[in-house]
Amino acid sequence: MGATTTAEAGHHGHDAHHHHEESFISKWIFSQDHKMIGKQFLVTAIFMAWVAVIMSIIFRLQLAWPGEGFAFTNFFLGEKWAPGGILDPNMYLALVTIHGTIMVFFVLTGGLSGTFANLLIPLQVGARDMASGFINMLSYWFFFLSSMVMLSSLFVEGGPASAGWTIYPPLSALPQTIPGSGAGMTLWLVSMTLFIASSLMGGLNYVVTILNLRTKGMKMTRMPLTMWAIFITAVLGVLSFPVLLSAALLLLMDRVMGTSFYLSEIHVAGEALDNVGGSPILFQHLFWFLGHPEVYIVLLPALGITSEIISTNARKPIFGYRAMIGSILAIGFLSFIVWGHHMFITGMNPFLGSVFVFTTLLIAIPSAVKVFNYITTLWRGNIVFTPGMLFSIGLVATFIAGGLTGIILADSALDINVHDTYFVVAHFHIVMGMSAIFGMFAGIYHWFPKMYGKMMNTKLGYAHFWITFVCAFGVFFPMHFIGLAGAPRRYYSYSEFPMFDTVVDLNVLVTVFAIIGAMAQILFTYNFFYSIWRGPKAVQNPWRSNTLEWTTPVEHLHGNWPGPIPTVYRWPYDYSKPGKEDDFVPQTVPLEAGEEEH
Amino acid sequence: MTKLLILLVLVLGILAIAQLARVYELTSRMRGKREEDISPADNRLNANLMWVFLITYFGFFLWLLIRYSDKMLPIAASEQGESTDWLLNFNWVILFIPFVITNVLLFTFAAKYVHNKNRRAFWQPHNNKLELIWTVIPAAVLAVIIIYGLRTWNTITSPASPDAIQVELYAKQFDWTARYPGADGVLGASDFRLINGTNPLGIVTPESVAGRLLELQEEIAGIDDMLANDVLPDSKRDELTDQVERLRRHRSRVINLRTVMELDIKENGNASIYMAGADDIVTKDFYLPVKQEARLLIRSRDVIHSAYIPHMRVQMNAVPGMTTSMKMVPTITTDSMRTIPEVVNKVNDINAIRQGQGKEAYVFDYLLLCNKICGASHYNMQMTLTVTSAAEYEAWYKEAQKKPFQATDAEAVPEPAAAPSVDDNAVPADAQAAVRPN
Repeated sequence: MGATTTAEAGHHGHDAHHHHEESFISKWIFSQDHKMIGKQFLVTAIFMAWVAVIMSIIFRLQLAWPGEGFAFTNFFLGEKWAPGGILDPNMYLALVTIHGTIMVFFVLTGGLSGTFANLLIPLQVGARDMASGFINMLSYWFFFLSSMVMLSSLFVEGGPASAGWTIYPPLSALPQTIPGSGAGMTLWLVSMTLFIASSLMGGLNYVVTILNLRTKGMKMTRMPLTMWAIFITAVLGVLSFPVLLSAALLLLMDRVMGTSFYLSEIHVAGEALDNVGGSPILFQHLFWFLGHPEVYIVLLPALGITSEIISTNARKPIFGYRAMIGSILAIGFLSFIVWGHHMFITGMNPFLGSVFVFTTLLIAIPSAVKVFNYITTLWRGNIVFTPGMLFSIGLVATFIAGGLTGIILADSALDINVHDTYFVVAHFHIVMGMSAIFGMFAGIYHWFPKMYGKMMNTKLGYAHFWITFVCAFGVFFPMHFIGLAGAPRRYYSYSEFPMFDTVVDLNVLVTVFAIIGAMAQILFTYNFFYSIWRGPKAVQNPWRSNTLEWTTPVEHLHGNWPGPIPTVYRWPYDYSKPGKEDDFVPQTVPLEAGEEEH
Repeated sequence: MTKLLILLVLVLGILAIAQLARVYELTSRMRGKREEDISPADNRLNANLMWVFLITYFGFFLWLLIRYSDKMLPIAASEQGESTDWLLNFNWVILFIPFVITNVLLFTFAAKYVHNKNRRAFWQPHNNKLELIWTVIPAAVLAVIIIYGLRTWNTITSPASPDAIQVELYAKQFDWTARYPGADGVLGASDFRLINGTNPLGIVTPESVAGRLLELQEEIAGIDDMLANDVLPDSKRDELTDQVERLRRHRSRVINLRTVMELDIKENGNASIYMAGADDIVTKDFYLPVKQEARLLIRSRDVIHSAYIPHMRVQMNAVPGMTTSMKMVPTITTDSMRTIPEVVNKVNDINAIRQGQGKEAYVFDYLLLCNKICGASHYNMQMTLTVTSAAEYEAWYKEAQKKPFQATDAEAVPEPAAAPSVDDNAVPADAQAAVRPN
């Protein structure tokens, strides 16, 4: 980054190009405009999310009514994987694997960060575009390619990767142990390699843009919390994804080049393998060194979005702005030293386990501070219930539930009995499947006018929120009980264990809620695409918000502001400030003489 | 088919809702209302729904608690389980308080401070005192949780006493095998290269090494014959060449193992770990005496499995290439567990369900199950654990010592083509002579 790449230089550089016509391809496909790239990420993620949702419905049907045939299952999987509509056990494992992979990486990492980091960073810090528009474009196309490779793995002989989204070797290394570890697994690794490349290109761009391209007056301590969250997320991604890449490459070598990084003393399919000296546990360390920061890569942007939306719609400054930044930093730092809590029962040294218990439970403190601050922001606010606001409040509620069960799981002595049971499934779906997804929905409803210049239908948004909110609790809350009954996850069926017969009806309840919840997403998808074309036209600042993105014109232009980039004079949370006529004061309004900043 | 119809009805229902929303949108547009202006009626509706949700949420929680609390795992049947159950309940009590408080505040504030155009929100950017309080309180509570948690963890994971009964639990796709030490009280060494149909755990003894060498030698000879005599397509020839090379490598490693073994036996005589395996009991029955500490050594042949005994609240992964361990002290025998009212009720509930489905009746048993994804039949990888009185255990153990291990059909390892059967009477010296040229 040379000295010339300041906001001012960016401004001059782009001015010259404002009026020249962009071709169809450079505008819609290989666009280097961050807003278009953000939308491309979003639409791809919505498509991928649907694939993963349909998968989840297929395996939920199997779990509720094991061994029964379903036309739905048969329609999607055909006779090979669902003869007579009865799901094949290997395909069941493949579905849970790909469902998890898609949701965690393609929807909640690529979709969430990719959409909102791209859309919001230049708009909220006051930049013409990302530091490198070209690398940003590559980031999307690597993501797209990676998605296509992942989807293509669904069609190979032996089926897609089936070793769980955590792809623990030796199961993922040896095709003899499960058919999905053949070509499907190779494609999974290739796809993930492309994904990591995409994520690194994006992440570096986000970090550089936030650090170097802020407009005049946009001090770090005047940035919206979305920017802080996305900034720390990008730093986490840049530091942790390369470790996953190394883990994946070593696994690839074990698979194709006969190395023994993760393999040792294995006798499978009637023969002893040559591999000695490796350790499957090494993979878990490498995987979770990414895997745990990944949880916060998924969650932090959602929390940032929520901070912004709650403050805007409560018409009240976010409570404890500095504490919020501090807790984001603390969570980001701690997330790197807690990965061992996924491995308490792998036989690792109990003392090491104790250390991870300590560091993990520390995270509960900044998380608690965030929850208290959200609640206090609502207190004596003047709350406008936009769909985005509803999803933000939903996020806080689910973050409470998921955070508290996290304390149980972080306590190694308690983890022994609930590890890999449905209790864990409940916990991480409540924080990722609900909190993070709710943050994403909140962001979509809130910034839809900025993305498409149109409004989404509010009534459908309400229906979408309330059905989703109720159904998501209906799906994931009972899973705690299934887990406490001792039911392991990733079981194709519980019919071999009469001891679980009394919680089978809970599985039916969960599946019914899951189906209704999935239906509600049709409302959203319909509302989303319909509004892009036919929605009412948006005004410049529909939510009466303070941040910079609402000072740009409704019609998109490459370079964001037709004139010079506005200067920032204040923090973004001057809502209902005493002595002001309006209940909001945009960041671009200079401080009056004698006015305290906050 | 009916389910498909239900699906169809639901889809149509949603489309109908979409159309209604559309009608609403058009009428509001005619009235000049903008989409982003949330009407007071909408705000009130959502505020009221916040109340309704709060009540429904807690109601649902309560319903689950009442309806399913007796369907959770019954009383813990091990000392370790007792301590973790106590800890779990202790944690629930602590966590229940913030759960209720934060949810009540969240939904109440959301509902109460609904928009009113005549009111202005309270200007309150921060309050350092308040923030300090709610940083310190969670920190203090977590300190308590951490201290109690680590105390229990340290007790559970501390080394087992030397008198503990040792049992090896051996996992493979998709079953468990148990191994008990014989009269010498020591589990013999094992090596994955010695695994075959009669030695599923790869126990190292002079006999098993010699037998395996002979077996390898015959396999190698068989393939060499094929390579020498038959007219083979190139691909098949390459495959066989690879195979025979691998077998040769294995053989040379088994020879190394033999050398180490022979040295150790020379040095330690009958105390050698390589002499300890001959009397080991390899069995599909998993028995433990009550009130005695057991040290479970856990190994895997192929992929990662996890030995989980829910009723005992213990779990440890089975990792190929290493031995993991856990200890536990069972406190209730299987028989007395079957008479505990809580368990009796649970079993009756289960049998009522099973009767309705025409399935056979269920009798309570402790189960060891696999709790780490391991392949297609992961969902049915289980072994019964029987906890008995010390006397019954002794009787079972004596009986088990007499029974040789019977490999079941599923157990038999598919051998490569032309694999000779192992002849127990083969003279080891011959085999050794045959492989010496290496």
